[in-house]
Amino acid sequence: VASKIQSGVDVLTARLCAPLVGFLSVFFVLPLLVLLWMSFTAPTAPTPTLSQYGAFFGDAINVAVLRDTLVLGLQVTALCLLLGFPVAYVYNRTPPVVQRIVMILIVLPLLTSAVVRSFAFIVILGRSGIVNSVLLALHIVDRPIPLLFKPLGVIVALAQVELPLMVLPLISAMARIDVNLESASASLGASAWRTFWQVTVPLALPGIIGGSLLVFVLAVSGFITPSIIGGGRLLYMPILIYQQGITLLNWPQAAAVSMLLLATSIVVVVVMNAMGSLTRRYVSHT
Amino acid sequence: MIDRVNGSFTATMWTIALAALAFLTLPTLVIVAVSFSAGETLGFPPQGFSLRWYAALNGLPEMWAAFRNSIVVAVITTSVCVILGVAASLPLAHGRSRVIRALDALIMSPLVLPGIAVGLALLIFLNILHWKLSMLTLIIAHIVVCTPFLIRTTVASLAQLSPSFRDASISLGASEAYTFVHVTLPMIKRGVISGAVITFLSSFDNTTVSLFLSDAGTEVLPIRLWSMIEASLDVRAAAVSTLIIAVTVIMILASERIGGLSQAVVARSPRTEQG
Repeated sequence: VASKIQSGVDVLTARLCAPLVGFLSVFFVLPLLVLLWMSFTAPTAPTPTLSQYGAFFGDAINVAVLRDTLVLGLQVTALCLLLGFPVAYVYNRTPPVVQRIVMILIVLPLLTSAVVRSFAFIVILGRSGIVNSVLLALHIVDRPIPLLFKPLGVIVALAQVELPLMVLPLISAMARIDVNLESASASLGASAWRTFWQVTVPLALPGIIGGSLLVFVLAVSGFITPSIIGGGRLLYMPILIYQQGITLLNWPQAAAVSMLLLATSIVVVVVMNAMGSLTRRYVSHT
Repeated sequence: MIDRVNGSFTATMWTIALAALAFLTLPTLVIVAVSFSAGETLGFPPQGFSLRWYAALNGLPEMWAAFRNSIVVAVITTSVCVILGVAASLPLAHGRSRVIRALDALIMSPLVLPGIAVGLALLIFLNILHWKLSMLTLIIAHIVVCTPFLIRTTVASLAQLSPSFRDASISLGASEAYTFVHVTLPMIKRGVISGAVITFLSSFDNTTVSLFLSDAGTEVLPIRLWSMIEASLDVRAAAVSTLIIAVTVIMILASERIGGLSQAVVARSPRTEQG
């Protein structure tokens, strides 16, 4: 009887999931397989070839773009962690009324178009933008400093776009921390800083890893913000894909660059997930 | 001594937290403020107050066409996502088997895979099938990248629901379909509504995938806005941005009243949007 119920449940599962899974198989999995296949083709070669990957790594500019993209991902992740951790820490120590307002402040940018948010940074970082107006008024600089079309501008704008994704996992991880552990640490004589580094941060590790994973993966695959802030002058992997795929219509090369970017994301997701489950085990043991 | 150290800790945390919240909020406020400028440039602070740049939007019929396309695409995408997504969420919420976990990974993967690669892959695939780009191809792409948002919130509400409600209904003789409509659905309604709002907004804001799959006839609002920013940096772009922000704020506040969107977002995290 048990096996009959089990198979009945499985039939129901299959019937409920089938439409979505079928849809995704055709319009998501199959296209990605086509992209993978295309990355091993070349107009001149009749058989599968590695020439697209050879061409990518044979050009020093491309290798520099790959390096710049990974560095950008790390910088954005570090900035988001630095800004996001205190937000989550303070959030879990404020009354529910304040929490509701703070949560709307966090969610609103998350759900606002990336084009709008990047455009805002053009206004903020431009020659007559807020940053330059303030610096000029305070006589810190005597002429506007260029902030747009520079990696720093891209880092700052991307960090603003991705910050909510760091804060949300941190909030849920830190909400699970037993406050008694922190008071125990304090009553045993540890300073607030020591309690923070030795109790709060280790217990928040699942949130730190989850947030960093999302921010890094989305920063290296960000296209809109680097294009708008970089003004076409800065190259990152997604911009390379767009140039090869749409401007030059070199689909095999665009496919190879996409595969390298996909592989980066998948490696990061797998490694961070493994670390995440290790730390979750650690946290639940303490 | 300890008090001073602890005071410095609290002060540091609060200072960074408030700075980060300002950093999150300021860009939106700046755009809204600039859009009401009476001056000719996007400089800040804006010169004077006027609605002239909103009036100037009347001279941009292609902007309104793009706005209409965006709404149509977002409404159809959300409707399809709700139907496909709620059905798939039911087994995903309580299943622990390997198959369920693999399906979950498949359905969620568009969230973490680069949108640019997904867009290119679909473009090449449709080209091989000799499908012409149209509203339909755009909607298909949006369904792929927006479904995970709906699944997250729906699965989160289902996970909080005890299976005994369903079991009680079934053992009293109700069919699966009756149980779903009269027992399960009313209890997960808030999660589904929050998910639908997030799905709608992610479709409405999607740019990366749309860039590959829309043509001149199906241009959507974010792409139209982008072209405008690249062509001429004038204040009308700020007015359009403010309209997009207004749509977002209204939807968030409405769903906060109906279903507690913010709780759904926390329950659902980790999650995402592309920059």
